[in-house]
Amino acid sequence: MTRETWINVAALAVLLGVPLWALMADEPFIITLATRAVIFALAGVGLNLALGTGGLVSLGHAAFFGIGGYAMGILASHAQAYTPIMEAPFLIEGTKSMPVIWLVAMVTSALAALAIGALSLRTSGVYFIMITLAFGQMIYYFAISWPAYGGEDGLSIYKRNEFPGLNTLVPMQFFGLCFAILCLTLLLMNAIHKSSFGLALSAARQNETRVLSVGMKPYHLRLVAFVISGAVTGLAGALFADLNRFVSPTMLSWQMSGEIIIFIIIGGVGRLFGPVIGAMIFILLEHTLGGLSEFWHVYLGALLLGIVLFAKGGVIGALAGREKAHD
Amino acid sequence: MLNGLQFGVMLFLMSAGLTLVFGVMGLINLAHGSLYMIGAFAAAAVAAATGSFVLALMASLAAAALAGALIELTIIRRLYDRDHLDQVLATFALILIFSEGTRWMFGSFPLFLDVPPMLAGPVTLPGGIEYPAYRLSIIVIGLLVAVGMFALINRTRVGIRIRAGEADREMIAALGVDIAKLYTFVFALGAALAGFAGALVGAIQSVQVGMGEPVLILAFVVIVIGGIGSIKGAFVGALLVGITDTMGRFLLPQIFALFLEPSAAVSVGSALASMLIYILMAGVLVFRPRGLYGVA
Repeated sequence: MTRETWINVAALAVLLGVPLWALMADEPFIITLATRAVIFALAGVGLNLALGTGGLVSLGHAAFFGIGGYAMGILASHAQAYTPIMEAPFLIEGTKSMPVIWLVAMVTSALAALAIGALSLRTSGVYFIMITLAFGQMIYYFAISWPAYGGEDGLSIYKRNEFPGLNTLVPMQFFGLCFAILCLTLLLMNAIHKSSFGLALSAARQNETRVLSVGMKPYHLRLVAFVISGAVTGLAGALFADLNRFVSPTMLSWQMSGEIIIFIIIGGVGRLFGPVIGAMIFILLEHTLGGLSEFWHVYLGALLLGIVLFAKGGVIGALAGREKAHD
Repeated sequence: MLNGLQFGVMLFLMSAGLTLVFGVMGLINLAHGSLYMIGAFAAAAVAAATGSFVLALMASLAAAALAGALIELTIIRRLYDRDHLDQVLATFALILIFSEGTRWMFGSFPLFLDVPPMLAGPVTLPGGIEYPAYRLSIIVIGLLVAVGMFALINRTRVGIRIRAGEADREMIAALGVDIAKLYTFVFALGAALAGFAGALVGAIQSVQVGMGEPVLILAFVVIVIGGIGSIKGAFVGALLVGITDTMGRFLLPQIFALFLEPSAAVSVGSALASMLIYILMAGVLVFRPRGLYGVA
C-alpha cells in the first residue's frame, strides 16, 4: 500500500469513527456534523471528476447541487400535500421514497449538466469558468423569482423521506446511508479513473492535441465527465436537502460552488480522497472557528490563500508527497 | 430604456477594469466585486463624515485604487504565472477576507449614501420625459469615462505600453519598460473604476456587504459577450446587457399578459426576465465562442 492509501483508509476510519463515538457519548449533533461532512464530500467527489481529472474548472456546480435539492423538495412537498406535480399529459405524483428521489435528482441534474456542458465546453480556460458561473447564477435567479416552490424563502419538508428498511429520522441511520453512498461513489470513481475513459479524460487535460491525434474527441470525453460529475453532485444535493429538511436558493448560490471547490483544494486536486479530507477539515474549521469568532470566513480565506500560494497539493499532497496516484 | 442605459454604463465601469486586467495580465479576478464594495463603503464613510459627495467620490477612487495596488503587490502578483484555478481560488479567498473584514468594520447593516442635493430632482428631457438628474449624470459620467479610457488606451504612451504588454510581455520588458509597475498601475486603475462605480451606485441602492458579487457576475457576462480583453467589447456588451435586462423586466410580463392570466404572466415573465441576459450570453456563444470583439 502506498502512503496515500494509508491516508485514505485513515480518513474513512475517522469519518466513520467519530459518529460511532458520538453515538456512544450521546451527541447527536456531532453525528449531524459528520453527515454534513459526508454529503459535502460526495458533492466534492462529483466535482473532482470534472475539475481534477478533466481539468474543467466549473464555478457553477452549485447549480447541480441545488437542482438535486429542489428535486427532493418538489417531490416531497407534493407528496406531503397529496397533490400531483403534473396531471396532463400524464400523471406524476410526488413521492417520499428516497431511492426514487435520488434517481430523479441524478437524472435532472445530469440533464442540466448536459445542457450547460454542451454550451460551456465550446469554450475553454477562463471563458469556461465565467460561463459556468453565469449559468449557475441564471438558475439561482430563476429559483428566486419562481414563486411556485417558495422563491426566495425556500421550501421546507416536515418529515425526512423514507428509505425501505431504515428509520431515516435516527441520525445514525441516516449517516450510515449517506456514508454507504459515499463509499459506493468512491469505488465508482476509482473504477472510472482506471478505465480507458478516465485515462483518456486525463490525457485530454494534459495534452489535448495528442488526444485529438489518436482520434478521440476531447469535447465528448469532457461532456460525459461533466454530466457524471453533475449527477453525483445532484445526488449530494438531494441528500443535503434531506438532512436539513429544507431547500432554498442558497444551495444554488455561487458561494456554494466556491465552497465545493474549496473542499477539493484543501484535500488535494485530482486525488480520489481529496474532497473527503477537504470536507472533513472544512466542517471541523466551520465548527471550531465558527464557535470562536463570528467572522470565521476571514480565517478560512487566509487559510485558502496560504494553500493556493504555498501548498499546492493540499493536505494529501503535503502528507503523501508529490507523486500523484491518478495520473 | 434610460434606466437600461444607466445600468449598462455602470456595468461598463465594472467590466472595463476586469477585462483590462484579464487582457493584460491574463488574470481572472473574482475580487473585483470586493473593490466595488470598498469604493462604496469608502464613499459612504467619507460622505457621513464630511457631507460632501464630491469628496466621497474621490475617496472611493482613492480607497479602491489603494486596495487594488495593495493586493496586487502582495498577492495578485504571485498569481500571474499560475493556472486559472489558482487565480479563482486566491481571489475567492480575497472575497471572503474583504467581505468579512468589511462586516467587522462597518457591521452587517446597510449604510446609505445620499444623492447630492444639486442632482436630487428630476430633469425634463427633450420630448417631455422626466428623468432623475442623478441617474442622468451617471450616464454622462460613464460615457465620459468610456471616452477617457479609449483615449488612454489608444492615444497615450501608457496605453501603448498596456497594449504592448497584452501582446508580448517579454518583449516589452526587454525594451526597458518596468512591467511590474505597469501591471500594478493597470490593476489599480481597474480597481479605481470599480470603486467609482460602487460609489455611484451606492447612492441609488444601499451600501452593504455582498453588494459586489451580483455585479461581478454580470460583469463576467458582459466580458464573455464582448470578448475578453477588449474595452470596446466591454462597452458594447455592457450596454447590451444593461438594456436587455431592464427592458426584459419591464416588457416580458406585459408580453405574457397578452395570452396568460395576469398573476401567471407576472411570475413567468419575471422569472424569464431574470434569465434573459444569460440566454443572450448563450446565444452569443453559440455563434461567437470568443465573444463579439474577441480575438481567436
